[in-house]
Amino acid sequence: MLETNLSRSTNSDSALIAGREVVASLDYIRKTYFMGALAVEVLHGISLDFYQGDYISIMGPSGCGKSTLMNILGCLDQPTEGKYFLGDEDTSKMEDDELSTIRGARLGFIFQSYNLIQQLNVLENIEMPLFYQGYSEADSHEIAMGLAARVGLQDRVDHKPFELSGGQQQRVAIARALAVDPLIILADEPTGNLDSKSGAEILNLFDELHDQGKTLIMVTHSDELAERSQRWVRLRDGLVESDDRLNA
Amino acid sequence: MTDLTLNPSGSGSHAGKRPVLNSGFNFLRFKKITEVGIKSIYSHGLRSLLTVLGIVIGVAAVIAMLAVSEGASFEAQQQFRDLGASNILLKSVKPAEVEESSRSGFGPPQAIVYGLTIADITAIRNSIPGISNVISSRIVKKNVWNGGLNMNTDVVGTSVDYPVSRNYNLRAGRFFSESEVRDHANVVVLSEEVAQGLFPIDNPLGKSIRIDSDYYNVVGIMESEGFSNLGQNQAGSSNSAPSRIFIPFTSSKSRFGETTTRQTAGGVESETVELHEAIIQIDNQDGVIEVGEIIDSILERRHKDIDYAIEVPLALLRQAEESALRDQIVAGAIAGISLLVGGIGIMNIMLASVTERTREIGIRRALGAKRRDIIMQFLIEAVILSGVGGLIGVVLGVAIPFIISAFWGMTTIVTPLAPLLAFSISALIGVIFGIYPSIRAADMDPVEALRHE
Repeated sequence: MLETNLSRSTNSDSALIAGREVVASLDYIRKTYFMGALAVEVLHGISLDFYQGDYISIMGPSGCGKSTLMNILGCLDQPTEGKYFLGDEDTSKMEDDELSTIRGARLGFIFQSYNLIQQLNVLENIEMPLFYQGYSEADSHEIAMGLAARVGLQDRVDHKPFELSGGQQQRVAIARALAVDPLIILADEPTGNLDSKSGAEILNLFDELHDQGKTLIMVTHSDELAERSQRWVRLRDGLVESDDRLNA
Repeated sequence: MTDLTLNPSGSGSHAGKRPVLNSGFNFLRFKKITEVGIKSIYSHGLRSLLTVLGIVIGVAAVIAMLAVSEGASFEAQQQFRDLGASNILLKSVKPAEVEESSRSGFGPPQAIVYGLTIADITAIRNSIPGISNVISSRIVKKNVWNGGLNMNTDVVGTSVDYPVSRNYNLRAGRFFSESEVRDHANVVVLSEEVAQGLFPIDNPLGKSIRIDSDYYNVVGIMESEGFSNLGQNQAGSSNSAPSRIFIPFTSSKSRFGETTTRQTAGGVESETVELHEAIIQIDNQDGVIEVGEIIDSILERRHKDIDYAIEVPLALLRQAEESALRDQIVAGAIAGISLLVGGIGIMNIMLASVTERTREIGIRRALGAKRRDIIMQFLIEAVILSGVGGLIGVVLGVAIPFIISAFWGMTTIVTPLAPLLAFSISALIGVIFGIYPSIRAADMDPVEALRHE
């Protein structure tokens, strides 16, 4: 409990520095999993504010609750207690359909294993979030082409994922994450499956996204990856252990 | 690697584009989902084909079976219709016990007396109103000669209304007249088959034929009987080929006498039958079945043995219709079972597909797909599968009766309703058996689904 209060105060300190818009805010998030009669609390009350343009690494040993936090941030899972504001909307009490909509409209996902759909080509993969948001065919085509060019795959739009290298696939995934121009881009070990060269390319892309003012939240074990970011949140045993930022 | 520099101007590239908010049915969405479904089915070509086979066979079976049973019932009904829907047919039948006694007895064969009599007909006419006409016939088996050619035929002694009563038309010449009947004239009308048998080359009209020692003038030829000889195998005539000739009732009586003899394997058999057949025409078709029952009870009172048979074509028609309906129900049930099996096949494969594509479901959910988007996707896929199966089935189902008709000469009738019905059922099966797998897909926890390997 003491530690939680500590983390909150750290957070409010950083709010002073930033002077920027808060894009997402966790307010004393608890998460309990029920396995039959057994209840396991994984997150014991986490409060964090994320600002426009933040470039954050969430770190911590296995079992510290990183994945759970990431799922909650991604609106894939809901907190047992506490509030999660995404933009100005409280997502913690949302219905399934509303969660789907907010995921598709406000969030971009980048996964360790790319998670492209194998039957669809590069362009169709990039278009998918737009499709679920109800964009017109012409608009989504234009957006997807632009994004494919942005990640350097304009010549590969007709290719299927299995015809691409891991680095290329992850770039498709990044383009897909950018498609709806989300509030936050969530990346889960984005370079975990890549060799160092491809990994570096992806990190360069992230840097550029950061330079353009995108908000990036990464979960990573990799120090190399964490070095690039400008704010580091460490979790331990379901609590925020530290929350440091680069003094700009 | 190529230039990975992000184009800064790109960040605002879709600032002006607003999503079209989807309220209700959205054609684009439907089209996209359908495309994805087709792709996924196509990527498992063989598996999809095998899945669909159950539906294909089911639908083809429905249509083909209905076509065959429809054709058969049409034929049967046509036959009974030819007998006349407002007719009641009476026939003399040799009673079984008489046959027994004549066989086992000693001494010279005695003439067996049985069958309908003119008195029966009079009694019927007197007790039932609404009988418009009675056409009585005697049928005697005779050798008929034209010079050296001869045929064994049924010689039907009857009245002038015979052809009309049975919808049985003349091909050439005329039927004999009232005055010829009155005069016991030696005139004859040949059936098409007999005309061809006895006069293979020349026109029989105006020529004579010989029966026993009498000559008869050929005045007319009937058209080929086709099916309308049904129920007319008379007085021991066992040959199914309708070789019959017609002479005036009065002539038959005076030339051949009351008692006829014929050679059998055991010796000579004589029988005395006044009337072999009577067609009773009723004014009103609606009452024909009831009148049939009354006639039956009258004859029952008048005859010791059951030496007559009564046939009501309309009742037979109704029976034929009923049995056609039964056939169709049986065919429908069999086809329904195969469609059910086909549907279970689709459900099975859809469940496998859902499990296989758990990851995809997770991805789609993460990228904004609602539950109903996932349901729609898998449901459309199931409907495409069963619909394509149904379509192939319809093509086969229409082709098969055609082939049956061409090779076996059976009448088959594909009513437009059958393919329509079969196809709708197959599409419905896609929906019904697609619902459960689709709901299972949609109910997956996105987190779990994304973690699925």
